[in-house]
Amino acid sequence: MAGVTVTNLVKTYPSGNRRATDDISLDVADGEFLVLVGPSGCGKTTLLRMVAGLETPDGGTVTIGGRDVTRLPARERGLSMVFQSYAIFPHLKVRQNIGFGLTMQKVPKPEWNTRVERAAELLDLTDYLDRHPAQLSGGQRQRVAVARAIAVDADVLLMDEPLSNLDALLRLQFRAELKKIVARLGTTTLYVTHDQAEAMSLGDRVAVMRDGRIAQIGAPMDVYDRPGERFVGGFLGAPPMNFFTATVHQGSLVVDDQSVPAPASLASWNDKKILAGIRAENITITQGQAQEGVEAEVEVAEPTGSAILLTVRWAGGELKVQTGPGLRVAPGDRLRLELPAAALRFYDPETGLVLA
Amino acid sequence: MRQTRPALLLIAPSIIFMAALFLWPLIAGVTQAFHGPDGPTTQYVRRMADDPYFWEALRNTALLIVVLIPLQFALAIVMALLMRERPRFAGLHFYIWVVPLAISDLAAGLVWLSIFTDRGYLNSVLDGLGIPTYSWLSFEHPQTMFLAVVVAELWRATSLVFVIVIAGLQGVPRDYDEAASVFGATYWQRVRHVILPQLRPSLQVALILRTILALEAFAVAQALTGRNFPLLVGETYQWYYQLQNPNVATAIALVVLALSIVAAVGYLRLMRP
Amino acid sequence: MKLKVQLACAAITLFMGAPLYLITLAALSSRRSLNEFPLSLLPTSLSGETMSTFLQSTGILGGLLNSLTIGLSTVALSLLIGLPAGYAMARYAFKGRDPYQLALLLTRALPIVVLSVPLARIFLDTGLYDTTYGVTLLHTALALPTTILITSAIFLGVSREQEEAAMIFGASPLAAFARVVVPQALPGIAASAMFTFVLSWNEVLGASILTLNRRTLPAQVLATLADSPLAFRFAGGLALVVPALIFIAVARRYLLNMWGTTLR
Repeated sequence: MAGVTVTNLVKTYPSGNRRATDDISLDVADGEFLVLVGPSGCGKTTLLRMVAGLETPDGGTVTIGGRDVTRLPARERGLSMVFQSYAIFPHLKVRQNIGFGLTMQKVPKPEWNTRVERAAELLDLTDYLDRHPAQLSGGQRQRVAVARAIAVDADVLLMDEPLSNLDALLRLQFRAELKKIVARLGTTTLYVTHDQAEAMSLGDRVAVMRDGRIAQIGAPMDVYDRPGERFVGGFLGAPPMNFFTATVHQGSLVVDDQSVPAPASLASWNDKKILAGIRAENITITQGQAQEGVEAEVEVAEPTGSAILLTVRWAGGELKVQTGPGLRVAPGDRLRLELPAAALRFYDPETGLVLA
Repeated sequence: MRQTRPALLLIAPSIIFMAALFLWPLIAGVTQAFHGPDGPTTQYVRRMADDPYFWEALRNTALLIVVLIPLQFALAIVMALLMRERPRFAGLHFYIWVVPLAISDLAAGLVWLSIFTDRGYLNSVLDGLGIPTYSWLSFEHPQTMFLAVVVAELWRATSLVFVIVIAGLQGVPRDYDEAASVFGATYWQRVRHVILPQLRPSLQVALILRTILALEAFAVAQALTGRNFPLLVGETYQWYYQLQNPNVATAIALVVLALSIVAAVGYLRLMRP
Repeated sequence: MKLKVQLACAAITLFMGAPLYLITLAALSSRRSLNEFPLSLLPTSLSGETMSTFLQSTGILGGLLNSLTIGLSTVALSLLIGLPAGYAMARYAFKGRDPYQLALLLTRALPIVVLSVPLARIFLDTGLYDTTYGVTLLHTALALPTTILITSAIFLGVSREQEEAAMIFGASPLAAFARVVVPQALPGIAASAMFTFVLSWNEVLGASILTLNRRTLPAQVLATLADSPLAFRFAGGLALVVPALIFIAVARRYLLNMWGTTLR
């Protein structure tokens, strides 16, 4: 077992004019499951491929278990990987596919067999060992790819969008299974995805990436609750965090003729504009004749089964509000919304960075 | 640039090989045609131009291209459109239609010789039907001689155009076609306004390739007519073999090269989108 | 509409297929029946006599042997040089890739005749004239651009990720190529090899100009064309056509790749 440390990693592709990874440093503890998440082109796959040894960095180092592997080819790094396209070999049977890494290591036959069968069992592939990949469904191929990756007992497991080619239902099922398997193995895992829900559900920590940098790294709920910058709040969560511009005035946030209480920490921003953010599920609806909160009009109401997602318009623009399934509202209804001060996050309107 | 070094190592042998077998002979060829024992000369070019066979061959080659290529493209497009309709026995039809791809022009000439020769299959059929027979390949009948060469070339080389067009058609999504028919386009309107415009790149490639290859045709005529229907490349062969004059042979070869370049550049300009 | 399509297909198949039938018929008829008129359109007097006479004519068996030798050597040489280049084209975004590809396409458009006559001169000087090696070199040059373009298309069909996976799991680049890429590319490479063989088998002008005694089969047929009886010519026609029939039957899956897409 081994941790992974990435230091000042820089990579520019010859075709691109900006850096794919821009001076990234990152520490993955032994046995940790770290998810790299971000929109396409943010550099997460490049970072993973440099750890794998499939891409050579322009600068910086990669160490695995304390050993500097920056100049080593992939095969000498003692790691294992699941590819987005699965990359299982169509000309080999499932058995040979799972055992490919063991074959390369020249593992003796009896041990080869036990380890292949154990990996197959773990992924419910025992009945398919003598088939060719062409005879398997997409989900089964995915399982072969994972089985091949765990059969080698590598120190570090890399996964590059492993679930993105599965359909939605299968993806949810396999996600939980994957989490269970990796937890059981305890392997240090680096996992790349563009799906924020996947990142949240799998990672011990998530690193949200943007433009070749890590925007924020932390435990999933920490990052979700306290986005360090506007981008992170807008990227994580479905629906994403609501943002609106307000002016701080004598302990209140003023938007047009509406106002909500502001925390004392914003005193230094008196009479200046700031960006406020709030999650849809933290907004409460106060019905009846109450006078607290701000006024808003319902534009769309979307029941999702367990909740209702409202799109409302108020002085600060559009807001997504998530509420319990019991509420009966129709487009055009007027509501009063409470934006609890404790749930509000504040950002610099220029830089988008959170205010300390 | 990324990984330039290993790539160059891998392609280096091919570059060296092609330089030795394309560039070197090309330069040697120009020297051969314009350099006599006493320095630069145009005597070989003049000898070529003084030979009446040369002009006849040039005319025949041009005539063959002008008549053959439109026929060939019409036939190939029809064949490709037929295949798109997914007829019964499509596999069998396809196989028969593409077999000539791998048949040489000498073989094609010999195949059609069995049909057009005086006591061949065509006259046998005519005779069976009570129609008087005809000397198709006689030098007294230049029209039918030409016709025989055209038919043999049509048979042999249309498959190339067909395959290029089929490959191009695969790149035309059926959605467009279906969308056009939803909006009420008739079959021919769809062919004219949806399919053909999208085939343009394929057709352009096919046209260049076919014209250059047609410039090189000679064995088909040799097999059918001997030297009665001279073609340019056939004349190179004559000068080299019968007349033992490689210099004039090279001069003619350079004419073929020049015509190939003119044709390719001409098409590229003409069919510029 | 449907019926018209069927009829049109049948008509074209008749035009394309009938000559193949007739040359086979002619080559497999006895000499005596070929002298009759009108010729029978049905296989009434099948005989191996015409073919065996043809094969026993001077230079034919030797030509056959030369054609085979040259064809197989051309396949070997063009794969040896072409496979690495095709692989480089498929896998690397290297500097000069576009000019290289353009050069490949241009050389395909170069008339054989332009090369053959000067090559004869060069080969005379270097001792390659009238050898199977000389013709092999010319045919390899003709086949090489196509081999490179076809094999690069074939290698593109094996995803890069598969090779990377092999390397992650402990294979060296060469082992990854041998264990993962080659097995998957093999059918395509075989088709490309057959294409090269047929090209060499069919090429007559260069082979005629570069040899005197060591003629290939088509060069021999062409050289003796004017002085040979019809039966000989028909038998020669069939002998030249047969490899085409086999090749197309075997390589049908790859035809569009070979003549279609890679031409661009």
